[in-house]
Amino acid sequence: MDLLPTVWFVLIAVLWTGYLFLEGFDLGVGMLMKLFARDETERRVLLNTIGPVWDGNEVWLLTAGGATFAAFPLWYASLFSALYVPLVIVLLGLIFRAVAFEYRGKVDDQRWRNRWDWAIAAGSFIAAFGVGAALALTTTGLPLDANGDRVGGPFAWFNGYAVLGGLAVVGFCLMHAAAFLALKTDGEVRRRTGALVVRFLPLGVLPLLAWVLAVQLRDGKPLTWLLVGVAALALVFAWVSGRRSREGFSFLGLGIFLISGAASIFGAVYPKVLPSTLNAQYNLTVQNASSSSYTLGLMSIVACIGVPLVLAYQAWTYWVFRKRISGAHIPAAHAVQPATGRQQG
Amino acid sequence: MEALDIARWQFGITTVYHFLMVPLTIGLGLLVAIMQTLWHRTGKTEYLRMTKFWGKLFLINFIMGVATGIVQEFQFGMAWSEYSRFVGDVFGAPLAMEALLAFFVESTFLGLWIFGWKKLPAAVHLACLWTAVIGSVLSAYFIIVANSWMQHPVGVKMVGGRPRMVDAWAVFTNNTAIVAFSHTVMGALAVAGAFLLGIAWYHLWRRRRDGIDTVGPDGRVIPGEASLPGRDRIDHSVWIRSLRIGAVVAMISFAGTAVTGDLQGKLMFIQQPMKMAAAEAACHDGTSFSVLSIGDPGARNCNDVVAVIEIPGLLSFLANGNFDTDVKGVNTLLPQYQAKYGSALPQNPVYGDRAGQPIQYVPVMAVTYWGFRMMIGFGGLAALAALVALWVTRKGTVPRSAWLMRLAVFGILAPFGANSAGWIFTELGRQPFVVAPNPDPSGVDQVFMFTAAAVSPGVSAGELIFSVVTLGLVYLVLLVVEVKLLFTYVRGGVASAMPELAAPHGPGDGKEHDDVLAFAY
Repeated sequence: MDLLPTVWFVLIAVLWTGYLFLEGFDLGVGMLMKLFARDETERRVLLNTIGPVWDGNEVWLLTAGGATFAAFPLWYASLFSALYVPLVIVLLGLIFRAVAFEYRGKVDDQRWRNRWDWAIAAGSFIAAFGVGAALALTTTGLPLDANGDRVGGPFAWFNGYAVLGGLAVVGFCLMHAAAFLALKTDGEVRRRTGALVVRFLPLGVLPLLAWVLAVQLRDGKPLTWLLVGVAALALVFAWVSGRRSREGFSFLGLGIFLISGAASIFGAVYPKVLPSTLNAQYNLTVQNASSSSYTLGLMSIVACIGVPLVLAYQAWTYWVFRKRISGAHIPAAHAVQPATGRQQG
Repeated sequence: MEALDIARWQFGITTVYHFLMVPLTIGLGLLVAIMQTLWHRTGKTEYLRMTKFWGKLFLINFIMGVATGIVQEFQFGMAWSEYSRFVGDVFGAPLAMEALLAFFVESTFLGLWIFGWKKLPAAVHLACLWTAVIGSVLSAYFIIVANSWMQHPVGVKMVGGRPRMVDAWAVFTNNTAIVAFSHTVMGALAVAGAFLLGIAWYHLWRRRRDGIDTVGPDGRVIPGEASLPGRDRIDHSVWIRSLRIGAVVAMISFAGTAVTGDLQGKLMFIQQPMKMAAAEAACHDGTSFSVLSIGDPGARNCNDVVAVIEIPGLLSFLANGNFDTDVKGVNTLLPQYQAKYGSALPQNPVYGDRAGQPIQYVPVMAVTYWGFRMMIGFGGLAALAALVALWVTRKGTVPRSAWLMRLAVFGILAPFGANSAGWIFTELGRQPFVVAPNPDPSGVDQVFMFTAAAVSPGVSAGELIFSVVTLGLVYLVLLVVEVKLLFTYVRGGVASAMPELAAPHGPGDGKEHDDVLAFAY
């Protein structure tokens, strides 16, 4: 009876997980622009590993948002309006980051590049932290009234879960990015990012693990506990693979950790989509927040066509740009000069 | 100012801003795809150079559309949660489809195009650009389906106080959406046409000023060469072809906006008669089109609007296709609206303190009246300029006049102005409704929503001030950056987009040329 809303709950969980998986490493690469890269060539190596794909990755966020609007309008309306200020800041981060990718190399000037590097690093951090905080709060609850509106001031949503979720996504993004770079680069960057994974992985994934466990302790079910086990095994696998310099496996292990971890979280909170911390009767659930079965049916058909297509051509993009990148591949910076003879005279 | 007003200003500012980038993305994307196709077919160097140069400007602009587009998708839920709850069942679907079926295509294939030079087979590389461009046109369709449902709701039934979609076909083939989509694509092409025309004019002028091109006794151009990167004879061909393509596109697309705009107007007279009466500042029923009316700029009633110049019969023609059927004016419509939809906001908690306030059915007439005229005026001006430009450049170059050059460059702004004015007119003209009632005899008349009920009840005025100020400042800074960057690349000419013209034998720093990426950030 609740089949379609459940299907859409699963699909939205898939979209958020897809977003964290794909944009996860490119947000991490953005942060590593400041935290890791030592010189201009290294920064450009980092940048060009995600150059062709970051924009496509970011559409997962737009699709997650749009799908939530279409399938669960009440969830979309309550979550986005309750977290008004943090989402404005996330938007600013995403705006600066996107523009910085495109504009950074357009003027051959160190100060110009330096500013955009800060925009990329800070924008990536803000977006990762904000999305993490928002997702943690949608799984642990917001102070919502009967209409689904926030009670209290602009920061009434703030609690430890928000910080935990923010740190969880930032930590995961950094680790996934290091594993991605070890897989996608060559030479010095490859060696150093590989070492980064081995050294920091247990610390980097700790907050995400804590979030997973916190949700399980509140709402866990046998099946979701099983997924926590899978996630833990995947972590061990990722770490061991990293130590043996099996970069592909260590990236994959982290990916499986994310997928099973996210599945355990979404699975545990089901059928709630957005709990109210004020009164359990105000909880938004799969049943009371969803669109009509007509709309969900229509969207299901669209998703059945659209999602496999997206996965296919995005996979193809990664295949086209599968070559490892090193400093030797980076062309010289291009200085744009006015095409006139007169101003020089 | 209360939260509702700030939220409206924010939506207006962010949307008009976003729509500065969108039409250039759609229009220029189509033209660059055509240029690359011409290069693919003919192998002529000038088409490759055109693809690279205009493609670079396209990308500088594209990213701003992407960055500001995310705000659009989020702010329905953030600032307009009651609206989102009310319309989600029908309005969310085109938005989700836009992301899933259009944005993914657009961004993924554009990434392939940007980084795929020399990596992908030429035909595949070209196909990637076309796919991305089709994605952006498709995104325009989906978002206009969503907007048109707010102008003319169809395909729904009220269940439990909210419209539920019952007929997706009706929603996606809404006649309002079909004409608005065609009108928008035509408007986008007009922007791209004027963009090509203005910038190409500048470069032809510069080549003449620098003494590269000269004019023979018969007035025909004699293209020359200079020892600057890219300033050879082919360069002349790049600009004169760009100029002609731009001028022809600008004229055809203006004709297209006129035809689609007329269709749209005829629908609007039926679907939103008050909007069209306000567009005319028409108080009384009549058949005359106002060329100039004056009155109190904030007027929302008819007491002091004076029509100074009128063309008899034209308004009737625009609305009905004949010259003698009266078109209803504000004074006739107002009592009808009040009888149908009430004269005061109902006592309902969604209206907050606004419950019981009188409803202003007449939009701010100065905005609708002048918005309508600016849209047509700017559009027509650009088309006329394009026609003149084609004539003036028939002998292969532009006059040496610096003033004419400046005019051509400033002319780029005219279609942008027309686009913005058109949207401001149609969105403000829909007020006080956010979802306008559909008065078609077959329509769903009871599906409507006042803007006053749409804003997020839990979001404070302070939060909205924070967002409108920060977004506004960031947008302003980024606009300056974008325009500066566009100027830099325009001044650099084709060589700015093709470093290989400046250093034809590779970077020369000892790197193996084959290893170096054809394009890198």
